[in-house]
Amino acid sequence: MASSESRGADALRIVGTPQTKIDAVSKVTGRTLFADDLKLPRMLFAKILRSPHPHARLTRIDVSKALEAPGVKAIITGADLPIPFGILPVSQDEHVLAPDQVRFVGDPVAAVAALTEDQALVATKLIEVDYELLDTIKSINDGLTKTTPLIHDYGDKDNIHKLINLEFGDVEEGFEEADHVREDVFFFEGNTHLPIEQHASLADWGADGKLTLWSSTQTPHYLHRAASKVLELSPAHLRVIACPNGGGFGGKSDPFSHEIAVCKLSMLTGRPVKISLTREEVFYCHRGRHPVLMSFKTGVDKNGRIKGMHLRTALDGGGYGSYGVASTYYTGALQTVTYEMERYKFQGARVFTNKVPCGPKRGHGTVQPRFGQEVQLDKIAVDLKLDPAEMRLQNLVKPDSTTANWLYVSTIGLGQCIEKVVDGSDWKTRYGKLPYGKGLGIACSSYLSGAGLPIYWNKMPHSGVQLKCDRGGGVTVFCGSTDIGQGSDSVLAYIVAEVLGLELVDIRVVTADTDLTPVDLGSYSSRVTLHTGNAAIEASEKIRDMIAQAVGDKLEVPAERIRLADRRAFDVEDPEVGVSFAEAIQITESSVGTVGSLGSYTPPRSPGRYRGAGVGPSAAYSYSAAIAEVDVDPETGFVSVPKIWIGHDIGRSLNPIAVMGQVEGGVYMGLGETLMEEMAYRENRNLMHRIPSMLDYKSPTTHEMSDVVTYLIEDPDPNGPFGAKEAGQGPLLPIMPAVANAVYDAVGVRVDEIPITPEKVLEAIRKKEQGKEGRYGPKEFPDVPWPEPAQVLPPWEGGDGRETDPPARKVK
Amino acid sequence: MLRLPEFEFLEPSSLEEAVKMHESATEEVAYVAGGTDLFPNMKRRHQEPQTVISLGAIEELSTAPEEVEIDRRRFVTIGANVSLTDVSGNQLVQTLCPALAKAAESVSTPALKNMGTIGGNLCLDTRCNYYNQSFEWRRSIDFCMKKDGDICWVAPNSPRCWAVNSSDTAPVMIALGADFVLMGRGGEQIVPAAEFYNDDGIAYLNKGPSDILTQIRVPITPGSGATYLKLRRRGSFDFPVLGVAVWIRWNNKIVDDARIVLGAVASYPRIIPEAATAIIGTDLDDDSIEAAAAAAFRPSKPMDNTDLGLAWRKQMTKVYVRRALHELRAQTD
Amino acid sequence: MAKLRVTLRVNGEEREALIEPQATLLEVLREDLELTGTKHGCELGECGACTVLIDGTPVISCLALGRACQEKDIRTVEGMADPEPHALQTAFAELGAAQCGYCTPGFLLTAEALLEEKSEPTRDDIKDALAGNLCRCTGYIKIYEAVELAAARMRGENAQPTQEAIYGQQ
Repeated sequence: MASSESRGADALRIVGTPQTKIDAVSKVTGRTLFADDLKLPRMLFAKILRSPHPHARLTRIDVSKALEAPGVKAIITGADLPIPFGILPVSQDEHVLAPDQVRFVGDPVAAVAALTEDQALVATKLIEVDYELLDTIKSINDGLTKTTPLIHDYGDKDNIHKLINLEFGDVEEGFEEADHVREDVFFFEGNTHLPIEQHASLADWGADGKLTLWSSTQTPHYLHRAASKVLELSPAHLRVIACPNGGGFGGKSDPFSHEIAVCKLSMLTGRPVKISLTREEVFYCHRGRHPVLMSFKTGVDKNGRIKGMHLRTALDGGGYGSYGVASTYYTGALQTVTYEMERYKFQGARVFTNKVPCGPKRGHGTVQPRFGQEVQLDKIAVDLKLDPAEMRLQNLVKPDSTTANWLYVSTIGLGQCIEKVVDGSDWKTRYGKLPYGKGLGIACSSYLSGAGLPIYWNKMPHSGVQLKCDRGGGVTVFCGSTDIGQGSDSVLAYIVAEVLGLELVDIRVVTADTDLTPVDLGSYSSRVTLHTGNAAIEASEKIRDMIAQAVGDKLEVPAERIRLADRRAFDVEDPEVGVSFAEAIQITESSVGTVGSLGSYTPPRSPGRYRGAGVGPSAAYSYSAAIAEVDVDPETGFVSVPKIWIGHDIGRSLNPIAVMGQVEGGVYMGLGETLMEEMAYRENRNLMHRIPSMLDYKSPTTHEMSDVVTYLIEDPDPNGPFGAKEAGQGPLLPIMPAVANAVYDAVGVRVDEIPITPEKVLEAIRKKEQGKEGRYGPKEFPDVPWPEPAQVLPPWEGGDGRETDPPARKVK
Repeated sequence: MLRLPEFEFLEPSSLEEAVKMHESATEEVAYVAGGTDLFPNMKRRHQEPQTVISLGAIEELSTAPEEVEIDRRRFVTIGANVSLTDVSGNQLVQTLCPALAKAAESVSTPALKNMGTIGGNLCLDTRCNYYNQSFEWRRSIDFCMKKDGDICWVAPNSPRCWAVNSSDTAPVMIALGADFVLMGRGGEQIVPAAEFYNDDGIAYLNKGPSDILTQIRVPITPGSGATYLKLRRRGSFDFPVLGVAVWIRWNNKIVDDARIVLGAVASYPRIIPEAATAIIGTDLDDDSIEAAAAAAFRPSKPMDNTDLGLAWRKQMTKVYVRRALHELRAQTD
Repeated sequence: MAKLRVTLRVNGEEREALIEPQATLLEVLREDLELTGTKHGCELGECGACTVLIDGTPVISCLALGRACQEKDIRTVEGMADPEPHALQTAFAELGAAQCGYCTPGFLLTAEALLEEKSEPTRDDIKDALAGNLCRCTGYIKIYEAVELAAARMRGENAQPTQEAIYGQQ
């Protein structure tokens, strides 16, 4: 979409300047309506009965007593909704309500609609369910080794959901060429999104035989597909409206049982039905960060240049598929886009366990291996006596290049990010030289600006924007995108106002309504700014061109001389000659009829053609570098992080103040994961979630949050709208390894496990004092029955992006 | 939305009336002051009083901290309904009992301290992460003996409940030698703070069911110093996973008397006389501090029912006792 | 149980409602008085989202009984704009201190009480005052900056967001 880019930065009036988000005043005055704020006449309330067992077969369910309870209007069980669903076409393994088997404590079993929420709650307790308990699969190790009982009857092997084995060149050869090879094992505990808003949904079966569902969802389009499938309702008769999300972070990206349950209850009762989950239930929705055990074997030359890397990951998926297949691929996708890597091998496995299903959380699947990779690089720098910042700078991926695993990198501002944080933190004079207990650590990362492929295979656009121009001079933007607080509604307004020369207040934005708005795939994979932004540019430029033609004809000025600015259309060579924007619309409408337009966007096709190549490509990669300063209390092991410097390659900031907020928020969430957040289960007590509450699941307060110094690196990307890349997820990624590396600088021990709790730090310090290895972390990576590898030659070995057939090498 | 169950709500205007209401209740009954402990517990259905008696309208409970002389000893008295904010922010408390101000300040969050009272914090229900869970969660493990069940999941072979006393102010009150004034069926009685708590997660308060804690009396001891250190994950919200309250009376730079009390490592604030003995008669040199820290380490027995691991929490006893004593020694320099 | 008639003074308005006797102030505000600006994230006093002011003091509305709040001045986010947004609201909007906006009402009211007490709070004062409000979006930084900006304006200064707050460090 280079045309609006070519307008040049000097011509931009809105893009790049700080703007108040279009929904901000509504939010700060309490007027924004979130899903649970909605209320309809005769509305019923729903509650869900959930499994008290981690793994069991349902042998009997009797709702008769519950149906007699006061206020109860309808009860549904698994038999009422037998069709399975799931976010990925390859993992249609969920039911709205378990028909025969429950797979984690909290798995939905029945749903009640009653006059009040209390009555619905009472009724759930009257539902009689008999269970036949099954053995539980508790851990990655269980999932890899136990062949019975099976959590699902599909998957790559027994309780292993997915196995991946990809080779890009001969890593063994790389290790032979290397001056230094090291192998490290890391563990990243699972953690959850913890949006402050608890999920809520409202369904209304209309008298016209159409159903409307309002929900706190990040992906109304995928919810639309799943709900219509399960309800056996034509998508044409189902309208999904995503309400503003009170925080998402990936946690509202799956279609959820409660969303479809209220639909069915509304269809049965003919009344609106609302559900509002408790915080504990939000923990049972989860779909957050997978626990990942990982092993990195990396060979480098004496300058730290990577000759070969072999990564193995094992993911604890929990009870269902969710995005898990994609998550597994993502654990191996982005290692190659930061530093040049000559050969790369990735093996990934996801197992089912009887815990709450994991899925995508901010940085989806790439966060855990980025931690391992950046900590290992730090160890390598120490081994080679190289400055870790300098070593990274020397080995950066070049712009306009293709990686070993066939990802195309258009622009990379990582070098500037590193330079900025190095300068800002006074790294060169302070790293390695601070007193015991104080330390600095650096790490870098990259993230997608939107996934290259949709969740389900199709050739349609990823994002659509429709514009409607009013004779009065107003413009309405229709787009399926969903504002989860990141400001995507505002992005649409900035772009349309910019291209059409209007003020933000002239733009009305209608989003996330499957009846009214063209499809946008949803707020995930940091895709919205780039995808909808480009679609909005296309739609706006169509209008601009229509106006230029019609107004040019009217004013007898060549169309290419007509400019739109200051709510006017005028001759750029004689600005006095022109009309107001409203008049311009009237002139255009008189000339061509109703003024509207459509824009759509599909990211460029990636060069990778092998199975699995669909995960990792993006139109543009954002880059981040962070330096963390830590204070470690060597007597307690407590780590505090007084300051973080972060450089983020944003391409171009559409609204710098919103970008700053995304960066700071990413740092915050990264810090929480680094220090304290974890999904903890009691393995010996029914595999219960240990702490399903806001008090006990620790998220940082003002006291734990660091000061943040942010540098925005602006190097416009040709694929980004006005050059913009993402900011919503990337800045989270370098925080965990930067802090871990700083802990090493402070007290000389390695905590190769997230979260870095005081207990772990202290144990590592104690071991070091006893003359043992000053380290806390996993010792080994388990045996996994890997399939035969798919061999793909890197571009520089003459590959074409496809698997070599026959294989280029014998499997060792 | 997690909601309260139905209950009868009574608002007596005098202590006598409140006690009478409690005595005449036929079903489970609870007093409530700030509500920040009782109401979450009721929402999770692990406290299920059918009658809740509010102490909010009883004016004498809200008497602000004042310095008074009782039986020729000087005290700071505090009405039980004074909010934790008003305790920690009170100038008299800050000057005369800074350790108490510090402990009150460390409780939960600013808004919860505006609601929660000193009396409520002293009577805080014992906590356990097998107990402070919803009805559904507890049902999944077939409940525990503190509510609806028979077993203590923290120590399944134990005949008793191991829920943890998680009050920040209780250990300080014991260390300071405070007295609690109770009003009950038999009229007013005065109980030393040290005798107010039992090492039992269920019967954790040594008082009659209808007794109301009405006033706290903190003695003012010339030449004494005290402090409170709290261990927790976050700087707000969190209950202590270890509290160390130390009180020392000095005589010419020599420790004349001392009390060392640990919070959050047992079902009651654990007084450690052997730790105090280790420093009495010393000038609080490094060796005696180490001896006291070691003495406190042995009886500190955290269980696996709070945040953070028990082995680490036990180790931290030593560190925190040592730090508290160093802090008090520094105050004398 | 029979419903209970209560009169609450919310944002200076006398409001009558027929409530469940055990209803919390949060429920009464949201469900009986249609003041849905007050949010909820846990209903157990563990997040601060439902903070409102009672007689000028921040309290957790999910742990206060509605019936016990009669004869008190209750202030919710809806009462802050009169009708022009309060300086805090303007600053929060300007600086992006509200991202998803869900925890925002609780922060605004807590901050308002702070500024009532201290017109020139330090960064540490702000951190201490807001330590009972969880935000998952902002990392709190834009919130601190917004409180400082509003405080300056309320003191009569012609304050603007700093260049660093908007563009980062150059």
